[in-house]
Amino acid sequence: MADTKANSGKLLDIRNLRIEATVYPPGEAPKTITLVHDVSLTLEKGKVLGLIGESGAGKSTIGLSSMAYGRGGVRITGGEVILNGRDILKAGPKGVRALRGREVCYVAQSAAAAFNPAHKLIDQVVEAAMLHGTATRAEAEKRAVTLFKKLSLPNPETIGERYPHQVSGGQLQRVMTAMALCSEPDLIVFDEPTTALDVTTQIDVLAAIKDAIRDTHVAALYITHDLAVVAQVSDEIMVLRHGRLVEWGGTRQIIKEPRQEYTNALVSVHEIEHKEQQPGTTPFLSVKNVTAAYGGGHVKVLKNVSVDIYPGQTLAVVGESGSGKSTLARAITGLLPPEEGTVTFDGRPLANRLADRPKEDLRQLQMIYQMADVAMNPRQTVGTIIGRPLEFYFGMKGRERDKRVAELLDEIEMGKGFVDRYPAELSGGQKQRVCIARSLAAKPKLIICDEVTSALDPLVANGILKLLLNLQQVEKVAYLFITHDLATVKSIADSIAVMYRGEVVRYGPKSKVLTPPFDAYTDLLLSSVPEMEIGWLEKAIKGRRMESAGN
Amino acid sequence: MSYPILRLVAQRILLGIVLLFAVSVLIFAGTQILPGDVAQAILGQSATPEALANLREQLGLNDPAWLRYVHWLWGILHGDFGTAQSSGLDIATSISTRLKNTLFLAACAAIVAVPLAIILGLIAVRYRNGFVDKLISGLALASTSFPEFFIGYVLIFVFAVHWQIFPSISTVDDSTPFLERLQAVVLPATALTLVVLAHMMRMTRAAILNVMQSAYIETAELKGLKPFDIIRKHAFPNAIAPVVNVVMLNLAYLIVGVVVVEVIFVYPGMGQYLVDHVAKRDVPVVQAVGLIFAAVYITLNIVADIAAIVANPRLRHPK
Amino acid sequence: MTLRQIPFTAWVGLILTGFFAFCAIFAPWVAPHGNGEIVGDVWEPMSATHWLGTDNLGRDLISRMIYGARITMEIAVAATALSFSLGSILGFTAAVFGGWFDTLLSRFVDLLMSIPTLIFGLVVLSVLPTNTLTLILVMGILDSTRVYRLSRAVAVDINVMDFVEAAKLRGEGKAWIIFREILPNALSPLVAELGVRFIFAVLFLSALSFLGLGVQPPDSDWGGMVKENKDGIVFGIPAALIPAAAIAVLAISVNLVADWVLNRTTSLKGGRG
Repeated sequence: MADTKANSGKLLDIRNLRIEATVYPPGEAPKTITLVHDVSLTLEKGKVLGLIGESGAGKSTIGLSSMAYGRGGVRITGGEVILNGRDILKAGPKGVRALRGREVCYVAQSAAAAFNPAHKLIDQVVEAAMLHGTATRAEAEKRAVTLFKKLSLPNPETIGERYPHQVSGGQLQRVMTAMALCSEPDLIVFDEPTTALDVTTQIDVLAAIKDAIRDTHVAALYITHDLAVVAQVSDEIMVLRHGRLVEWGGTRQIIKEPRQEYTNALVSVHEIEHKEQQPGTTPFLSVKNVTAAYGGGHVKVLKNVSVDIYPGQTLAVVGESGSGKSTLARAITGLLPPEEGTVTFDGRPLANRLADRPKEDLRQLQMIYQMADVAMNPRQTVGTIIGRPLEFYFGMKGRERDKRVAELLDEIEMGKGFVDRYPAELSGGQKQRVCIARSLAAKPKLIICDEVTSALDPLVANGILKLLLNLQQVEKVAYLFITHDLATVKSIADSIAVMYRGEVVRYGPKSKVLTPPFDAYTDLLLSSVPEMEIGWLEKAIKGRRMESAGN
Repeated sequence: MSYPILRLVAQRILLGIVLLFAVSVLIFAGTQILPGDVAQAILGQSATPEALANLREQLGLNDPAWLRYVHWLWGILHGDFGTAQSSGLDIATSISTRLKNTLFLAACAAIVAVPLAIILGLIAVRYRNGFVDKLISGLALASTSFPEFFIGYVLIFVFAVHWQIFPSISTVDDSTPFLERLQAVVLPATALTLVVLAHMMRMTRAAILNVMQSAYIETAELKGLKPFDIIRKHAFPNAIAPVVNVVMLNLAYLIVGVVVVEVIFVYPGMGQYLVDHVAKRDVPVVQAVGLIFAAVYITLNIVADIAAIVANPRLRHPK
Repeated sequence: MTLRQIPFTAWVGLILTGFFAFCAIFAPWVAPHGNGEIVGDVWEPMSATHWLGTDNLGRDLISRMIYGARITMEIAVAATALSFSLGSILGFTAAVFGGWFDTLLSRFVDLLMSIPTLIFGLVVLSVLPTNTLTLILVMGILDSTRVYRLSRAVAVDINVMDFVEAAKLRGEGKAWIIFREILPNALSPLVAELGVRFIFAVLFLSALSFLGLGVQPPDSDWGGMVKENKDGIVFGIPAALIPAAAIAVLAISVNLVADWVLNRTTSLKGGRG
């Protein structure tokens, strides 16, 4: 970043920004809530500022204020946004239009939704440049092709002739970056540009964005919830919470010497102490050579999968979308009867179909879902939700059941006061805790956890993981932990199965799986997980190049 | 490139033809569901045995039902709808002028209603949640609750009786000159327009709103495009399909409104013809007219589906 | 929920609907004259003795209106009850059991719905005897197709949600799944639809009676009263407009209530209420 120092100077200066919105709670009078409380920031030319925070931190709202834009009824009610020496909040509709797409451009989280499905990519990429008269059509197209090349898109000459739905998600995200760069703006707002991507795709897009920023000397606001990602691309980082500034400093200072407790919590979020347990002698559940398919055997999603689970231990199944990891759970539970292979439980085979399993087998296998809010009946209270398995499996009634429900609520660190609440009245983390209590109520031997933390904010997710580990100690329950997030796996697993396109490509105790030599895919996966370390991205990319050169 | 889309369209048309045949069976079966003797029911308890036997012969009731269906369908496929029981007139001849009259009325209503609904829909979207939008939505709610004859008789009461601008009875025949014909259908066409307008406008509003809330509209806005250009370049191409769909569905809805409106204004069209012959229990006429109404309805629905297929860029430019 | 939270429009709807229901239920006690009683001249104007004037045969119009409310609502309620129970039971069953039962029923409903309801109603009425029972059956069965589609769609949506899957994994039976997991969540959209179907039944019945194919004289529902008095319109006598307006007002008030129920459902994801 040394070469950008030459043309330094203040590009963006936001002072005491206040942003409000009106909400309409059902049955109550509309009220105004403040999303951003007097936040100030400055950004120099050619610099990258990372905005980080959990959902509701106001980071996207602040990012969009640099374009004088409020999304969905959000109003900028106070402060100044000074861009290139003038307050754009006073620029009027015409002045605002003149700067959007010319001085500031935007890269959205979901490029798939942000591109108009009715137009070719190239027409959309050059649109802003032509509109603002910074280039003729031919010049803009030439510039676009150069950018496509720089962002390592395949077939840079012709990819623009395609329609958005004909291009993959990771490529579309890069085309959107090219679109933002095409009008040669002074500032680009990146709004979680890699969040929706698989981890191995994310690293490519991230590297492409970083190179493009460096080569074009554009300044950027990089918005994300992932501190490790933002550490790779930013010069400075600003931590936000509930619309307020928590800490603002250089990237190195924030991740190495955080001054605020909240920042520290974010930095150390993945550090959970968990001592790996050695596999016992006999697994209580083994999956042997299971093959499963959807659509009457046409789409094979599981191919010859074998894994074992030992009592009281955690098997983590990792893979990207489409790897078949969730299908494995469906095969074990009997929701998708395997075509071949067997699942043995306590030394006897489990019936393939759910309907053929005795109640006792169903009790032993419980499941927790990714989306806690749709995993609970919205019309039942927490008491009913947790109490039902007690009634159903153990015939508990009345006071006995209520007592056990209270105990379970205690175990998940929620008080008695929650018994009469409905799911809609709980926070995301609380919902997931209730789901955990519901599965514990059955006193199972195994709980299948399907991406249980991926919909949650990092700190909340961390709490859930710690709770699960504690409960494992107390209840001696085993977990089959399905996730795409390797950091989670490292925190909680005893053994790991890596899945790729329906097959288990690497399987064994955690320490062995995470120790080289790796197979090609595990290496790619491991090297793609962002680490909270400056310069990791370059190292990872370089490491990968050597690997691919070595192949 | 266009191969899969052609296949989809062909599939939809083929499905429509199959559906038409199924509907013809249903309509035929619908006139056979009476428990007991059809001839008896038509002529009543006091009918003489000879009259009953004659009628049975005439209706072909001595043949099995499927054979009668095949004869009936075979005739229709050759343009022969049979003869009316009550008058002995050829049904096809009676229908042809009436069908023309009905289509003229429906076309007049559509020409006014379609652009008006789209414009009102756009206005409602532009001033969303504002006073204009609420007013339009309120009127829409009201008018979906109005029976056709309420609208019709209020129009007559005001324009034909009170102010005497238009005739209260819309009589036309083959010799009526175009302008007079137009004047005759002003009130029924207005009534029809009011019947479908609200519904069409509400659906148009929803369709356009759906497009306007897409992320790509925000992208266009953040490129600095003018509001009009956003609508022209980014909203319009994506809104065509749903709007055409809405329009076609509502034209199909208009077909039903025609029946009552024609009776109100004593307009010599298909609707009045149908109602008259239902009262006379003239089964051949009812079958024929019912089938034609159903055919028009199904055709409009197919057109709506095809419009949606053709306007979808994902189908137009497959991977 | 307190009364204060009910919006103004819903209040209007509730009060008007209640008023009509009251007239319908207590018709013989509320009406000043008998239904068929001739009390004056033909088409007398509104006066202190006959608040709404008299009709085409010299019967008291307001009494006819009150009895008409009774007949209209009786048939509409019966038809709605039929269409609702038939449609929702079949729709739920199809959604939960699936398979050939679902396919067969859904295709048949598609076929029935590809003919406009009024047209098919007329076709069937051309051969059936004209009486109240026939009307209720025809209206109820034809309209049940719409209820079927809605309840099937709602049930299918809920059936694939994780909490239903969790119940299946727990080993719950079909009855628990239908009545404890699906039904409570499907109730609100169905209740709102109930209002819409009732309006449709009122309008459908009125149209049939107006065309002379519904309720037969000397009894008369509001649609039939429009038909009886329509010839007066050209002489400037508004007697036909009164029952027509009554239908409109009833439909609007039920619509307002249904709208409120529906909005309450969409704004409240679950929980209390």
